[in-house]
Amino acid sequence: MLLTIKNLSVYYGVIQALKEINFSVDRGEIVALIGANGAGKTTTLHTISGLIDPKEGEILFEGKDIRRVPGHQRVAMGIAQVPEGRRVFADMTVEDNLRMGAYTRKDRTEYADTLDMVFNRFPRLKERRGQLSGTLSGGEQQMLAMGRALMSKPDILLLDEPSMGLSPIMVNEVFDIIRQVHEDGTTVLLVEQNAKKALNIADRAYVLETGSITVTGEAEELLNNDSIRKAYLGE
Amino acid sequence: MSFLTTFVNGLSLGSIYAIIALGYTMVYGIAKMLNFAHGDFIMVGCYIIFLFSSNLGLPPFISILIAVVLCTVLGITTERVAYRPLRNAASPLAVLITAIGVSYFLENLALLIFGADTKSFSSVISWSGLSLFNGELQIQGITIVTIVVSLLILLVLQLFVHKTKEGQAMLAVSQDRGAAMLMGIDVNKTITLTFAIGSALAAVAGALLASAYPSLTPYTGAMPGIKAFVAAVLGGIGSIPGAMIGGLALGIIEILSRTYISSQLADAIVFGILVVVLIVKPTGILGKKIQEKV
Repeated sequence: MLLTIKNLSVYYGVIQALKEINFSVDRGEIVALIGANGAGKTTTLHTISGLIDPKEGEILFEGKDIRRVPGHQRVAMGIAQVPEGRRVFADMTVEDNLRMGAYTRKDRTEYADTLDMVFNRFPRLKERRGQLSGTLSGGEQQMLAMGRALMSKPDILLLDEPSMGLSPIMVNEVFDIIRQVHEDGTTVLLVEQNAKKALNIADRAYVLETGSITVTGEAEELLNNDSIRKAYLGE
Repeated sequence: MSFLTTFVNGLSLGSIYAIIALGYTMVYGIAKMLNFAHGDFIMVGCYIIFLFSSNLGLPPFISILIAVVLCTVLGITTERVAYRPLRNAASPLAVLITAIGVSYFLENLALLIFGADTKSFSSVISWSGLSLFNGELQIQGITIVTIVVSLLILLVLQLFVHKTKEGQAMLAVSQDRGAAMLMGIDVNKTITLTFAIGSALAAVAGALLASAYPSLTPYTGAMPGIKAFVAAVLGGIGSIPGAMIGGLALGIIEILSRTYISSQLADAIVFGILVVVLIVKPTGILGKKIQEKV
């Protein structure tokens, strides 16, 4: 397993946001984490990236517990996140944002190669490389946030609500890109409220409800599961 | 010509405010806190220079260098010991109050060590200055040096922030600390670096300030510190060019008011301007609108 979460508990003050959750992501998979607002999806990703410290449990990355590794060092280890709401650096140009994504990388030629790769994947970012990212549309900002995360050449990409606030056409485009990124060899852990889209792209999925994982299985199974269809697919 | 002389003096005082304001504004922009002890770092710098220069007879340049190093250490230590533990405190007031505490601590420490009597500081610049237009316009050496040094500092800082990796990390942390961490930036280290730069600048400002106004007490840094804070707000807190513009504007306004209106009223005018600016443009001259999150 590339990433294994064991008995992870996270608290905000006295409120328990995650209750001893367990899940894993194997190399080469797309795993979706679905659930309603406030279920703990973002908390899970923030804990994996080190933005939040868990109270208990283990975060095993390539078999090593990284719970005590400072968050910024986890990027160099191969964990990149596209945060909810994109959080691009609005006052920086598109290219400077991408440069920040490559912050942990030393080699200049490697940087140029990765930049080319990202520009190939997102031609629109190349067109707008000199533009301030705060002036991009929501969809373009999502592309930028994804491109920025890819600049660190991650083993695993954590995506937090990539479809949020985007037009249906844009949502399709974003999911196409996720598929391509995955085909290029990046493992993906996807958090989504748009469960249908997420289950369509994922290999496996976990359902998170008020801090606990309640259902798990192959994505296709879950798509055909009646209670999941009622609760998350609006059918 | 007397107006020109007054104006140049204002420019010089403004340059000192600008250097102090740069420290304020960088720390605010990146650590999101107001370091109200910043003015007292200046005072500490002054005493260190006084000690090494006047008492031990070291050349001024060496004394300034020692002051810069020691103030940097002071800034880093203060951040590490007093501010960092409170960075994620429930109320942002906690660290603000701590900063005020550090300010009193430093002032009283200086009082204890050096006493309350005014020390006479000898200028670090021995150059007598320029005499222009057949002696009608006299500009002191320290005035010229102050203006040139502040412009150099602004230039170097701008280059550092926009052209180096560490500078870019500072920009990223100032815009979104969490997102910066997700890029692999060590936020703690970046904040430490910011305090180091701000404190080093405070020592330089101290050398210039005490050379232009050579009486040194434990409270020497307090008033310039507050005025530089006003300058930073005036220019748009968090903005490096804003601190420069705010500092220069404040110095010129203060000296012109002192000369042409009333020396007692000068400070009232300075702070009155802060009130007016905050009413008309709460973000300051170059300050940015706070962006709403979508």
